[in-house]
Amino acid sequence: MGEKKSDFVKFEQVDKSYDGKELVVKGLDLDIAEGEFLTLLGPSGSGKTTTLMMLAGFETPTNGEIYFDGNPINNIPPHKRGIGMVFQNYALFPHLSVFENLAFPLKVRKIDKAEIEERINKTLKMVSLTGFENRMPAQLSGGQQQRVAVARALVFDPKLVLMDEPLGALDKNLRESMQYELKHIHETLGVTVVYVTHDQGEALTMSNRIAVFNDGKVQQLSGPNELYETPVNSFVASFIGENNTFTGTVKELASGAAKVETSTGEIIIANPIAVSSAGEKSRISLRPERVNINPTEQIENRFEAEIKEIIYHGDHTRVRVNLLGNDDFILKVPNASSNSKLNLGDKVNLGWSSQDCRALDY
Amino acid sequence: MSAEIRTSDGELLSVKLRKVERRRRTTAFLLAAPLLFFIVFAYVIPIFQMLGRSIDNVQMNEFLSETHEVMQTWDGTEMPGEDVTSTFFYELKGLVEEKNHGKIATRLNYEKGGFTSLIKKTARKLKDFDQNGNFLDQFIDVHKKWGDIEYWLALKRGTDAYHFRKYLTTFDYEQKFDGSIERIPEKKRINVTLWLRTIFVAAGVTFCCFLLAYPISHLLSVLPTRYSNLLMICVLLPFWTSLLVRTSSWMVLLQKQGVLNDTLVSLGIVADEGRLELMYNMTGTFIAMTQILLPFMVLPLYSVMKTIPPSLMRAATSMGATPFLAFRKIYFPLTYAGISAGSILVFVLSIGYYITPALVGGAKGTLISNRIAYHMQQSLDWSLATAMAAVLLVAVLIVYWLYNKIVGIDNMRLG
Repeated sequence: MGEKKSDFVKFEQVDKSYDGKELVVKGLDLDIAEGEFLTLLGPSGSGKTTTLMMLAGFETPTNGEIYFDGNPINNIPPHKRGIGMVFQNYALFPHLSVFENLAFPLKVRKIDKAEIEERINKTLKMVSLTGFENRMPAQLSGGQQQRVAVARALVFDPKLVLMDEPLGALDKNLRESMQYELKHIHETLGVTVVYVTHDQGEALTMSNRIAVFNDGKVQQLSGPNELYETPVNSFVASFIGENNTFTGTVKELASGAAKVETSTGEIIIANPIAVSSAGEKSRISLRPERVNINPTEQIENRFEAEIKEIIYHGDHTRVRVNLLGNDDFILKVPNASSNSKLNLGDKVNLGWSSQDCRALDY
Repeated sequence: MSAEIRTSDGELLSVKLRKVERRRRTTAFLLAAPLLFFIVFAYVIPIFQMLGRSIDNVQMNEFLSETHEVMQTWDGTEMPGEDVTSTFFYELKGLVEEKNHGKIATRLNYEKGGFTSLIKKTARKLKDFDQNGNFLDQFIDVHKKWGDIEYWLALKRGTDAYHFRKYLTTFDYEQKFDGSIERIPEKKRINVTLWLRTIFVAAGVTFCCFLLAYPISHLLSVLPTRYSNLLMICVLLPFWTSLLVRTSSWMVLLQKQGVLNDTLVSLGIVADEGRLELMYNMTGTFIAMTQILLPFMVLPLYSVMKTIPPSLMRAATSMGATPFLAFRKIYFPLTYAGISAGSILVFVLSIGYYITPALVGGAKGTLISNRIAYHMQQSLDWSLATAMAAVLLVAVLIVYWLYNKIVGIDNMRLG
C-alpha cells in the first residue's frame, strides 16, 4: 500500500433534487480520506442519507461528480462499485442462513468454495459470531443480526463501507457496546467507513471526523472534540451537546473579545467566532458544564441567577435557573457533597470565561 | 413434573385456570357457532349426501328386493331358472300397478342399453301372462331381448344396493358382465379427454395468471399508497362485476365479428377473410378465465411482496450482484409463498370452472365441470355426475395436501 489518499472519496459540487423544486443536497464538496471513519451527522431531512445513497449508487446526483479512488462513479451502477453497505434494518436475506448471507457477495465474485469458507470463518470470528453459521436471521437477536450485517458488508474486503444508521434499531446498552465494537473493527481493518446517524453521541464516540449536515449543506467538518468545543455556527452548537444561548447585539469588537449587549441590557464578554463587526446581531453559546457556581477567582462574566428547578440525574444534578432574562439556562452540577446545598429559589452567582462563551451567527 | 402448583386460595392451578378460561372459550364458540352450523347444514351434509348418490342404488334394491335375493343363487352362466323369472314377474307386476316401472327402466338402461323399451313393452303385456309357469319363454315371447342372458345379468347387477361402476365410467372404463374391467370403445371415450383438458387449462391459466400478475403485483407493492390504491381498485374491479356480465363482454370482444377482430382487420394486421377464431375454442376459455381469475393471483403475490423490504435488493446489488441476479437469488425466492398461494387458488378455482367455459368454450373448450352439469341437467345420470364431482373434490384435496406438504398451509396469505 502506498500512502493514504486524502481524497479517497470526493464529492465535487454535488446537488441532488428529487422533485425539481427543492435541493436536498446543495453544492456538496466533501473529501473523505482513506482509512478514516467519517460520520455524516444531522437531523432527518438534512441530506445525509441522500449523500450516502449517492455514494452507494442508489441515487444519481442531479449535478456535480463523485469520485471514488480517483475515478468518477456517477455512471457506474451500484453492483460495480465494490462498496460494502450496512443498512438501517440490516437487510439480511431472510431465506438464507448466516453462512449463505455472508457467502452471497463472495459467490457473486466467483470465489472458490474453500476460500469462501475461510473468509467467512475469519469474518464471523471478528464479529464474535463463530458457531452461528447455520442459523437463520430470524433466529438471531437484534444485536446478532447487526453483527451479521456488518460481517456481510466486510467479508468481500471492500475498500469503502457505508453504514446507514446501523444501530438505530438496537436498545441503548447494546447500541453503546456495538459502537465500541464497530470502532475496533474499523481500527483493526483500516477500512474507510462512511457512517450516517442522527445520534450525536454515536458520532462523537466513533468518528475520526464528523460532517454535520443541515438543510442540504455541511455546516462543519471536523474532529469530535473540535465539533463540541468549538462549533462554528449556532446550528452546530445547538445540535451537538447541550447548549445555553443568549441573543444580543455586538457593541464592541476588539481582538479576541466581543462585548455583546443582551436584551436585558447587560454586557457579556464573548469569544467572537461568527461575528465580524459591531452592530451585528449574535447568538451566544455556552456549554452548561463551563459555568462555575459562586466562582471565587477573577472571571470575566459574573451574574446573579435564581434557581427555578432542580432535577436529580444520578451522577449529576441539572439546575435550571433564570439568568439575564433566560428562563431556560441549564447548569450541570456534579454530585459532589459540596454541591448539595442548592435549594429552589436560592440566588447564586454564576461566572464563566469569555473563551468558553462563543458569539455565533444569529 | 414435581409438586402440584396451587393458587393462593388453595385450588389446583390447572383447575383454576380452566375455570377462568371457560368463559372466554364459551364466548369464542358462540361467536363461531352460527357459521359453524351454517357450514355443516348448508355445505358439509349436502355435499356428502350428494356424493353418496354416486354409489347409492338402494331404491332399485328395494323395488326388486325379492328378485335380487333370489338372483344371488343364480351363477349367471346359463339362463335364469323359473324361481328368478317368476319372482321378477310378480315384483314387476306390483311395480306396474304402482306405476314405478318407469324408474327401474331408466336405472336399468344405464346397465344395459335397450332396457327402457324392454321394460315398457313387457309392462304392457304382463296381464296376458299365464301365471302357471314357464315365465322365461313368455318373457322371450314378449320381447326377444329377454332371451339374451346379458339383460338378466344386468338385472342382477342393477339391483345391488351399492356399486362403484360410475367411478369406472368417470375414467372411460366399464365393467363387463363377467366382472372384467375394460376401456370403453374409443369413439365413446370423452371423460379422460375432458379431465386432461381440465388439468391442462387449469395449469395453463395458472401460469398465464402468474406471468401477468407478477409484474403488476411488484408494481403495486413499490408504488406510493395513493397510486397503488388506484391500481389495486383496477385489479379488483372484476370482483365487483357479475361473472356472467364479464364473460358476456368477452363474447362481445372475442367473437368473429367482435371488437378485437374488427380492430385487427381495420389495422390491416389480419385479412377480413382470415379473422381469428378466438371464441368457442380453447383460446377463448384461456383468455376469459385468465382475466377473471387474475385477482386471485395478484392478491397473495401483492401481500407477500409488500413485506419484502426494498433494502434487500439494494443490499444484494451493493454486494456486487447484477440486478437480475439479485432478483433471481433474493427477490424471487422470497415470493415463493405468494406464488404458491396464488397458484393453488387459481388452479383449484380453474379445475371447477363452469360458466366461462360453458359460454365461450364451445365444444373444444368445455371442461369437466360442464360435463358434470350435462349429466345433472340433461342426461339426468346423477350418479355419474356425483361420481365425477367426487373425483374432482378428491383432486382438489390432493392439490391442497401437496401444497400443505411442500409449502405449508400456514404460509398462505391473501391480503
